[in-house]
Amino acid sequence: MSDDLNTDILNPVEPFLRSDRVPHIWCPGCGIGTTVNSFARALIDSNIDLGSLALVSGIGCTGRVAGYVKLDSFHTTHGRAIPFATGLKLANPKLNVVVYSGDGDLSAIGGNHLIHAARRNIDLKVICVNNLIYAMTGGQTAPTTPDHSTTSTNPYGVFEASFNLPHLVEAAGAVYVARWTTFHVRQLSRAISEAFQKKGFSFIEVISPCPTLYQRRNKMGDGLDAMKYYKEKSRVRHGAPTSEVGMTMTGEIIVGKFVDRERPDYQTMMKAQFHESLGEKFVEQTEMVCS
Amino acid sequence: MKTDTADPHTADRHVAVRHTADPRGVLTGIHFMDGDHACCEGALAAGCRCAAGYPITPSTEVVERFASRVPTVGGTFIQMEDELAASITLQGMVWAGAKAFTVTSGPGFSLMMEHIGYAAMTETPCVFVDVQRGGPSTGLPTLPAQADMMQARWGSHGDYEVIALCPNSPQECFDLTIKAFNLAEEYRVPVMFMMDEVVGHMSEKVVIPAADQIEVVPRKHTHKSVEDYLPYGTNGDQVPEMAHAGEGYNFHVTGLTHDERGYPNMTLPVQDKLVRRLQSKILNAVDRITMTEEEQIEGADVVVVSYGITSRVAQRAIEAARERGLRVGKLRLITAWPFPEKKIRDLAGKVKAFVVPELNLGQMVREVERAAGGQAKTFAVSHAGGGVHNPEEILKVIVEASRCQTI
Repeated sequence: MSDDLNTDILNPVEPFLRSDRVPHIWCPGCGIGTTVNSFARALIDSNIDLGSLALVSGIGCTGRVAGYVKLDSFHTTHGRAIPFATGLKLANPKLNVVVYSGDGDLSAIGGNHLIHAARRNIDLKVICVNNLIYAMTGGQTAPTTPDHSTTSTNPYGVFEASFNLPHLVEAAGAVYVARWTTFHVRQLSRAISEAFQKKGFSFIEVISPCPTLYQRRNKMGDGLDAMKYYKEKSRVRHGAPTSEVGMTMTGEIIVGKFVDRERPDYQTMMKAQFHESLGEKFVEQTEMVCS
Repeated sequence: MKTDTADPHTADRHVAVRHTADPRGVLTGIHFMDGDHACCEGALAAGCRCAAGYPITPSTEVVERFASRVPTVGGTFIQMEDELAASITLQGMVWAGAKAFTVTSGPGFSLMMEHIGYAAMTETPCVFVDVQRGGPSTGLPTLPAQADMMQARWGSHGDYEVIALCPNSPQECFDLTIKAFNLAEEYRVPVMFMMDEVVGHMSEKVVIPAADQIEVVPRKHTHKSVEDYLPYGTNGDQVPEMAHAGEGYNFHVTGLTHDERGYPNMTLPVQDKLVRRLQSKILNAVDRITMTEEEQIEGADVVVVSYGITSRVAQRAIEAARERGLRVGKLRLITAWPFPEKKIRDLAGKVKAFVVPELNLGQMVREVERAAGGQAKTFAVSHAGGGVHNPEEILKVIVEASRCQTI
């Protein structure tokens, strides 16, 4: 080893992390940390004012992201990250609010909130880490678990249809919808930066490995094997009809930016409506009385 | 609005500033309005500028009025997709700096329980209004009950304390809603505002004073620097200082057991310290929090303990009993939780019996009996809900109680 080896190099994303909470709880080969790295790089690239950024998580492995980022961060209840984030955004429209949670949290127990937030076009950036399973609780079937895979609650194989999340949120009204995998770290980072430029409900799905519970039970190898699978089977199709991007167990993974459209967000619509109906009687919300 | 006279709510924290209501939210004057509308006006007078709700009879008029009023005052109402959403959206509003509330009735209140626990655990100051109707389940949507009293106290899992207030008139729906917000801020606790269908839908005179006559308790916001701030650190008075999202504190909030930094820590000492503090910050202040109304307690043989609409029905029975020469006192619980245990215990040594009419099959009567500790007899006057008691039924029990032998 050379004497002049500089061991004081700071990881560029370290200022975004609560280093005093490391080591984290995620398993070897898990993709959630990779997504956090891409998220932090997007923050650097898009020059977001970190003081006005709030991050909200639900419950589950991805729900723990809120605890590791050095931001105003809220680890809420199972499924309710989106309505909590809605409250933050409504009371202080200047906040940039990110929802960072898993597929089970956002699309099962929180599924109703997901579609209604997209319908209202609340200005939230939703990052959905989809590991195709309930991992924190030990590998139970999620609404995203592909057909034929085996889980602890479908020990003889999953037979119910799974959610195609990009299709769901596009139908509900999201203005930005993209999907990448944890192999696509730069594309993911760019997508997050793009979402920060959009006003309205943005949804980024990140397909992410769970070697401990999904892959092991389905004899799909470890984290590295997942990267090989993502590399070989991913097909970039920007603008692909979301009805065609459903996931299967071993088939192609369609990635890319599927939706990028303009639609006024909830608060813009609300203000316009009050101006029209109330005229001079409308008092715009400025500062909160108790702050 | 700040003036420099002493504020009773904050005086013992050495803050010699009196805060009064923002006049923009105060509809000063003499009104004829129902309890639901008066509750809304109380929230606006208290400085509440955000609400999240979901329609449910007989509570909906509160948020309907809020939705109509708040755009002219500067604030936001959102109708969420369900009560699960409403009860956590309001907490997001609080952490962004607002005073916020939600309003519901039995079935919705049941759905909100997890988030009452979240508010207790994360010490989010907020108000849950429950306009009680007959249950269980869908029960009697348009008819009164007082059968959510134990749910208000114990409905969410784990050990925690809340504060619960019981108005008995539209005027009190106004006055005590302000009090509910003030208590929520002072103790950083979810406050349950336990109305009932009759109080919610009855119209009476409601006097709304001038804004400078209405005291409001501001958020217990930290003045510490980012470096010195500990989100769940306490200095003696057991209620931590709060920061809001977007102020640069980069704090963390979690429903997991957490240390003073707000970081998850699932060790036994941290759990013990946190959960005991959540309890003791309320129980140590019982005497300051609890409010009762008393009448002819001294020398009474029987004390009628009641709350909400039942206290007004009981009044007639009490007066009829006095006309018969019985010595009957009245103790009205304005605060149901924390329960005024000491007051009941002290009284129990002096009276023959307590009579507890309530629109349920026996909830607060258990507390009265427990606090009496066998020193005095306790008589329930139960009612399955759907209407109010016939005062005769209460009178009958008062007469029976006054004949009982002293224990």
